[in-house]
Amino acid sequence: MKNSNGNKAPALKRTRSWIDRIGDPVLKAITFVAAAFAVTVLVLIAYELVTGSRMAFHRFGLGFLTSQVWDNIHGQFGALSLIFGTAVTAVLAILIATPLAIAIALFLTELAPKPVRALLGALVEMLAAIPSVILGLWGILILGPFVRDQLEPFLSSTLGFLPFFRGDHSSSGIIVAVLILTIMVVPIIASVTRELFATVPPELREGALALGATRWEMVRGVLLPAARPGILAAVALGFGRAVGEAMAVTMVIGSAIGIHWSLFAFGDTLASRIAGQYDGADTNVQISSLVYLAAILLVISLAVNIGAQLLIRPIDLRPRRQRIALDRALETEGMSAD
Amino acid sequence: MTEPAFSLRTSGRLRRRQLVNKVMGALALGAALLAVSVLAIVVISVAIRGASALNLDFFTKNEAQGFNPTGGGVRFAIVGTAVIVGIATLIALPLGVLVAVYVSDLASPRFARITRLALDVTNGLPTIVIGIFVFTMVVASHGQSALAGSLALAIIMVPLIARSTEEVLLLVPTAQREASLALGVSRWRTTFSIVIPSAMGGILTGTTLAIARAAGETAPLLFLTSLGTNSTADSNPLHPLQSMTYAIFKYSNLADAGFQAKAWATAFTLMCFVLITSLASKLAMAHYRKKLGG
Repeated sequence: MKNSNGNKAPALKRTRSWIDRIGDPVLKAITFVAAAFAVTVLVLIAYELVTGSRMAFHRFGLGFLTSQVWDNIHGQFGALSLIFGTAVTAVLAILIATPLAIAIALFLTELAPKPVRALLGALVEMLAAIPSVILGLWGILILGPFVRDQLEPFLSSTLGFLPFFRGDHSSSGIIVAVLILTIMVVPIIASVTRELFATVPPELREGALALGATRWEMVRGVLLPAARPGILAAVALGFGRAVGEAMAVTMVIGSAIGIHWSLFAFGDTLASRIAGQYDGADTNVQISSLVYLAAILLVISLAVNIGAQLLIRPIDLRPRRQRIALDRALETEGMSAD
Repeated sequence: MTEPAFSLRTSGRLRRRQLVNKVMGALALGAALLAVSVLAIVVISVAIRGASALNLDFFTKNEAQGFNPTGGGVRFAIVGTAVIVGIATLIALPLGVLVAVYVSDLASPRFARITRLALDVTNGLPTIVIGIFVFTMVVASHGQSALAGSLALAIIMVPLIARSTEEVLLLVPTAQREASLALGVSRWRTTFSIVIPSAMGGILTGTTLAIARAAGETAPLLFLTSLGTNSTADSNPLHPLQSMTYAIFKYSNLADAGFQAKAWATAFTLMCFVLITSLASKLAMAHYRKKLGG
């Protein structure tokens, strides 16, 4: 190719410096290492917990899961009553929180006047941002006395024929832990559910309303079915959160071993037992037993979380924007959770 | 005027449907009011008890020695939280951003999916489990240190930063990347001089949220850095340092009214920090999303 002067055009010189040439592979390698590290941490955690609990596993075996004893002095440990306490508190908290959270989400997307929606939504999310140790402090010093003086007498006088509402009234116990966990879980489920409702296509709502459905019938017939898998995932995440909460629970639950059917009784959960024993773990067996508890928690948490992710991810039949909104919601939820 | 052939007043089944509709609406309103009032009760009761115990000494003095729990302050805990969370941020911010760059720009879809899953699962782990992990890995052999606490908080922060950064990286218009690549700029320069700068606002707000979350963590610090001093000024990250959250926990266990007042005041300070930063960064993130048209 020649220009008008008849000179040869200058050959394209190699202008890239060496740093540009190796830059791309280096960036790729560094970011790969970072990502691999993020994945490896999970494996490392599992490995450390398994090796750390080996001593307790050798001594107690799987019988650890079915033994109720927790005896620091004689070095006998078992997790049954902690598993029971974890199940009771988390399940009850989820049972109370789920309808409440769905109702809040419905109010925020369907009923609240437009100008206050964002504000109310932000307030509900702020509830999730309160550090758990502050909720625990509030739980022992304010909620606890209220439960002892008002709620428990009321429950035992109205529902006292049930075994769940008998026993001495006290300012800590399973019921206080359930209430605190409910407060923590509601905003998580509510904010995810709200994002889900907001992404249901308006045509579907309007179609139902145009057919003469009342607003509630539209909600029941259109919104809730459309959002069901997402709500299930949100509930699973809330459950995982309730299972793993250590601080607030250890401050209010009374830290007692034993299986009691009364909600007024003291109890303990896996996570709260670990937190409560942080400065009293003197022997290797006890420390190893605490690591064993953490390993049980890890298994539960992995099952719940992976289950929730699988509920969300492989269902690619749903509209893409709904998936994106859900991802976004889950990710902001994670930020506000403890 | 003639009477309509059918009564226009609702009756029977329709009335019942409308009644159900109203009841459900009222229940939803009630639930929302309940949530907001619980928030108000918590915030106000912490504020009332906490604000009355605040004074200059509270921020500038360490714990008083002897039998006078009303004097002194929690400077040691504020310094501890600043050091622990600061180092955790220094670890987690670059790591989180690199992971996000890899997942959003460079990885194969399959590995990106695995990484995302791992991040989300890590995010869902109980924080006490992460604490126990760092305990068996570091503290059991090397003893407690603020650094160990930072490590645990960094593990908690990386998924938060990576996921929020990934989201804003995806918001950066493809045209910008393509324009840069079309000019012959290499990929890594495009990433560092085009993509990350335009996503910077979002990255920083995501990081602020992660900091607010980390500052409120207690459980992972119990086993890692709770033996710190409370009477002298120490900020060496190789020593165990106490934190604000741990101070709240410790004071709340003591029956003395002076210590409980300190617990409330520390809780109030921490709550203000956490709520204000998370609210501000959420607003900034919403603004940023709108700006980039996400």
